[in-house]
Amino acid sequence: MIELRAPMAGNVWKVQCGPGDRVAESDAIVILEVMKMEAELFASASGVVKEVRVKEGDAVEEDDVLVLIEPE
Amino acid sequence: MTREVLESVGGLLARSGFAHVTWGHGVMWLVAAGLLYLAIVRKFEPLLLVPIAFGVVVANLPLAGLMEPGAGLLWRFYHYGIQWEVIPPLIFLGLGALTDFGPLLGQPRLIFLGAGAQVGVYITFFGAYLMGFDLPEAGTIGIIGGADGPTTIYLASRMAPHMLGTVAVAAYSYMAMVPLIQPPVMRLLTTDAERRIRMKRTRKVHPAEKVVFPVLGCLVVILLIPASAPLMAMFMLGNLFRESRVVERLTNTCQNELLNVVTIFLGISVGATMNAETFLQPRAIFVFLLGLAAFVVSTASGICIAKLMNLLTRDKINPLLGAAGVSAVPMAARVVHKVGAEADRQNYLLMYAMGPNIAGVLGTLIAAGVFLTLLG
Repeated sequence: MIELRAPMAGNVWKVQCGPGDRVAESDAIVILEVMKMEAELFASASGVVKEVRVKEGDAVEEDDVLVLIEPE
Repeated sequence: MTREVLESVGGLLARSGFAHVTWGHGVMWLVAAGLLYLAIVRKFEPLLLVPIAFGVVVANLPLAGLMEPGAGLLWRFYHYGIQWEVIPPLIFLGLGALTDFGPLLGQPRLIFLGAGAQVGVYITFFGAYLMGFDLPEAGTIGIIGGADGPTTIYLASRMAPHMLGTVAVAAYSYMAMVPLIQPPVMRLLTTDAERRIRMKRTRKVHPAEKVVFPVLGCLVVILLIPASAPLMAMFMLGNLFRESRVVERLTNTCQNELLNVVTIFLGISVGATMNAETFLQPRAIFVFLLGLAAFVVSTASGICIAKLMNLLTRDKINPLLGAAGVSAVPMAARVVHKVGAEADRQNYLLMYAMGPNIAGVLGTLIAAGVFLTLLG
C-alpha cells in the first residue's frame, strides 16, 4: 500500500480522486492550499485508490496520510 | 444684470481650483491613474496602492491644501503617523502577529540566506552614492532591495523624507512584481540539477522555542543595533502575542483590525507626499532603476550564498531558497516554490523558503538600523 502524505501543513483545497478510482503516477490527486497558494500533490505510483482520508476544507499537518493507493 | 452674473461666475471660477491646475498636477493624476490601474485591474498590492493612489490625487488638487503644514488633513495623518514614526512600527506589530518563525527555527542555517540577500542593499547604496545621491538618500534607495515596504518607509521618513513617496511606490511596485523579476535571475544562476535538490526534512520545533525566540531575538538584535529598536520591538511583541497562545484577542486585533486601520493611514499619507515638485524629477527615474537593480542583486546574492554554503555542507540546500532571502513575504517564497516545481513538480519548497524569507525581514530591519546608526 502506498501512502500519499502531506509535504507541508495546509488546507485541503480539492480532492480529485475517490475510492476505487484508477490513478496514474503523476496524476494530481489532491490539491492543498498553503499560504494562499495551490500545491498539487501527485500520486506516487499508479494503482487503485483504496482510501481517501481527507475531504475538502480539512486542515492537515505535515506528514499526515491523505490517500492510500494499492499499486499495481 | 447679465454682465454682473457672468462676472460673479467668472470670479467663482477664478477662485476655484480649475484656474490653478498646472501641467504637473495633470501628470500626477496620470501617475495616480496608473497606480489605480495596477491595483484594481492587475491586482498589484491593492491594499496599499489603492489608498496611495487616492492620496496622490487629492494631494495634487490646487487650493485644497490637504498637505498644508499645520493645517491640512492629510498633512496631519502624515505628520503624526509617519514623521512621528508611529505607523511603521504598528504595521510591524501586525506583521509580527502574522509571522511564524517555525520554518526558520527548524533550519536555523537558512538565516544566512536572509542575510545574504541584504548584499544587494549595500551594493545599491554604494552605487547610488557614486551616482551623486547623498549618503542618507543612497541608504534609502538601497533599502528598496530588501523589498520591505514599512522598513523602507520608516528609513525614508528618518533619512530622506523628500524621497518618501518615490521609494515607497518603488518598493511596493517591485514587491508586486517579484513573480516577474526574480525567476529569470533564479534560472540564470542555477542548474537544472540544483533546482531539483530536495531539502532534508525540517526538525520539529517545540512550542516553547517559539515563545522564547521573540523575547531573546528582540533582546539580542536591539542590544546589537539599538537603532532597530522601534520596528524590532513591535515586530517581536506581535510575535510573542501569537506564540504565547494566551492573548488570542490581542493577536487577532494585531493581525486584522489594527493592521487594516494603520494600512489605510499609511497608504494615504505616503500617496499624499507625492507631488509634482518632488516626484517629477529625473532623479525619481534613477530611484526606480536603482531600486530594481537592488532587487536583482539581492536575489542573486541570496542564491550565491546558498551555493557557497553547499560547498561547505553535506546536506545540500536548494539554491533557489536564496532568492527568498529578500523579505517580500510570502511572495518570494511562493516564487521559489513555483520555480522549483517547474524542475521537479514533486519538490515542495514553499515551507523551506519561508525560513530565509522571514530571515530576510529581520535582515532588512537590521540593515535599516545600520544605516540609521551610521548615517542618520
